[in-house]
Amino acid sequence: MGLSAGLGIKPAQFTLATAEHADGLWFEVHPENYFADGGPRVRCLDSLRAAHPLSLHGVGLSLGSVGRPARAHLERLHQLCTRLEPVLVSEHLAWSRWDDRSVPDLLPVPRTQEALDCVSRNIAIVQETLGRTIALENPSHYLTLAFDEMSELDFLTELVRRTGCGLLVDVSNVFVSANNLGFDPADWLAAVPATAIHEIHLAGHSEDPLLGGQLLIDSHDHAVDARVWSLFEGLIARIGSRPTLIERDEHIPDFVTLMAERNRAAMILEQAIVAPSRQRASA
Amino acid sequence: MKLHAYQRDFMAALWHDVVVGPLAALSAQPGFAVYRNTVMKGCVDALEANYPAVTALVGRDWLRAAAAGFVSESPPTQASLLDYGAGFADFLARFPPAAELPWLASVAQLDRDWTESHLAPDASTVDPVSLVATSPATLAGLCLRPHPASRWRWSADIPAFSLWSISRGLAPQPENGFASLPWRGEGALTTRDADRVETTAIPRAACAMLDACAAGETFSAAAAAALTLDPAIDLPTLISSLLRTGALTTDDPHFTKDHTR
Repeated sequence: MGLSAGLGIKPAQFTLATAEHADGLWFEVHPENYFADGGPRVRCLDSLRAAHPLSLHGVGLSLGSVGRPARAHLERLHQLCTRLEPVLVSEHLAWSRWDDRSVPDLLPVPRTQEALDCVSRNIAIVQETLGRTIALENPSHYLTLAFDEMSELDFLTELVRRTGCGLLVDVSNVFVSANNLGFDPADWLAAVPATAIHEIHLAGHSEDPLLGGQLLIDSHDHAVDARVWSLFEGLIARIGSRPTLIERDEHIPDFVTLMAERNRAAMILEQAIVAPSRQRASA
Repeated sequence: MKLHAYQRDFMAALWHDVVVGPLAALSAQPGFAVYRNTVMKGCVDALEANYPAVTALVGRDWLRAAAAGFVSESPPTQASLLDYGAGFADFLARFPPAAELPWLASVAQLDRDWTESHLAPDASTVDPVSLVATSPATLAGLCLRPHPASRWRWSADIPAFSLWSISRGLAPQPENGFASLPWRGEGALTTRDADRVETTAIPRAACAMLDACAAGETFSAAAAAALTLDPAIDLPTLISSLLRTGALTTDDPHFTKDHTR
C-alpha cells in the first residue's frame, strides 16, 4: 500500500523503528542531523531506510533568503538524497541564513513580490539540483509583518504555480498561527488547494510561559491537541488521504506511545480511503 | 522594505535587545521573543549535546549559562549544528567563572575530539598483519598517516583523560573524589574503528609519533621521534596499540583493510 501515517524519528529510536511493522508506515528525519563526512552518523540511516520508506524534511536550506541556497548545504542534501532515495523531500517557507550567519529557527518571510521572486528562484535551484520536486511547509507565525502584500495562501499557491513544488500542510502550524494572528484555521484549511498537498504534519504545541494561550508556540513537545485532530479530520474529509506525519522533538515519549498517536492518524486516513465519497459529501 | 535590509536587520535584532530603525516596532511585538528564545535554545542545546563530560562536571545550569556566552560570541555559521562548538574549550579557558576550574578546558577539548572523530570522513585503516610480512627496509620507509577520525593530545599537568572518562561514565568514580586522582599529565587518543568512537590513554611518546606521522615523516622517523621523547618506551607495544585502535591509515592498498571505516 502507499504511504499512510509516519513518525518523525531520532537515532535513539532507530532500532525500534526499523523493527516495527505497520501498513503504510514511514519515517521522517531532518537531513541536517546527518550532515557528516563519514562514519556512523550517516550510516545509521541505512538500515532504517532498508526497512521503511524515508522522508527528508529540511530545516536549514533557507529558501526565503534573499541569496541563493548555500552551495555546501545543497550538496550535502543532494548526497543524502542519492544515498537514501527518500520517498518525500520537503522544506519550509522560511529563512534562517544571512551573510555567514545561520540560526536554528524558521524566520518569517515577508510576503512581497520581491520575496516571491527569491523563493521561486531558490525552490527552482533546489529542485533542479535534486532532480525532483519538493514540498513546501507553511511555518508557524508569531508576528504581524506590516509590509506583507498578499495572504499566505496566495503566496504559497503562486509558488506552486511558478515552480511546480508541492505543499506540506502543517495543520498544527495553521492552528498556532491562527491563534497568534487572529484568523480562523478552518477557513485557511478549506481554501488550500487540495491537488498541491503532498504531505501533512501534526505536532503538539505549548503556551508561552508569560502570555499563556494568547501566544502559542510550535514546540513539538506535547501530543497533538484535540482541536488540531479535529481540523485534520476536516481536511482529510475534503481532500482524501495524504501521507501524514506525527512530529515530536522534545519530551519524546517511548516508541509505543508515539506509534499509538501515529496509528490514530492512520485510522483517520484509512476511513477516508474506505468511504471517500460519503465523507466528501458530508464535508 | 527591501528583503536584503529586512533580513540584515532581523538577524541583528535576534542578537540585540534594543532595536532601532525600521524593525523597532516588529521586534517590540511579543512574538519576536519566540524567535530570540528558539535561536538561543537551539544553539545551547547543541553545545550541551556536544559537551557531555563538561556538562557532567559543572552541571546543566552552569553549562547552559556558559554556552549562552559562547553562542553570543560565536553564533553558528551553518544550518547543521552537529559540528557546532569548535572553540568552546578555548572560550572556557578564558571564561572568568571557570577560573577556579583549570582542568575544564582540557576536558572540553576531549569532548570536541569525540565529536570531530564521530563526523570525520571514512578511510581504510592499516592492517597490522600486512606489516608483519614486510621487510624491515620497506617498513622503515613507509609513510603511515593518522586516520581522518584520529585525534590525539597531551594534557600537561592535568589528568584530562581520567576526568573525561569518569565524567562520561566510562570509568568508575574515584572513591574519594577527583582530588584523589594522581594529578599528572595524561595523553588521550580518540579513534573510530568499526563505527565506534573510542578514546584511550596513550603515553606522550605516542603523541610524538602521531605528530610525526601527521607531518608526513616515514615510519622510521616517526619511531625515532617517539624514542627521542622517551628512550625507555616499548616501541613494539606502542605501535601495535596504535594499529589496534585504527589510528593510522596509508594510501598504499597493500597495507590497509576495510575501506569503509
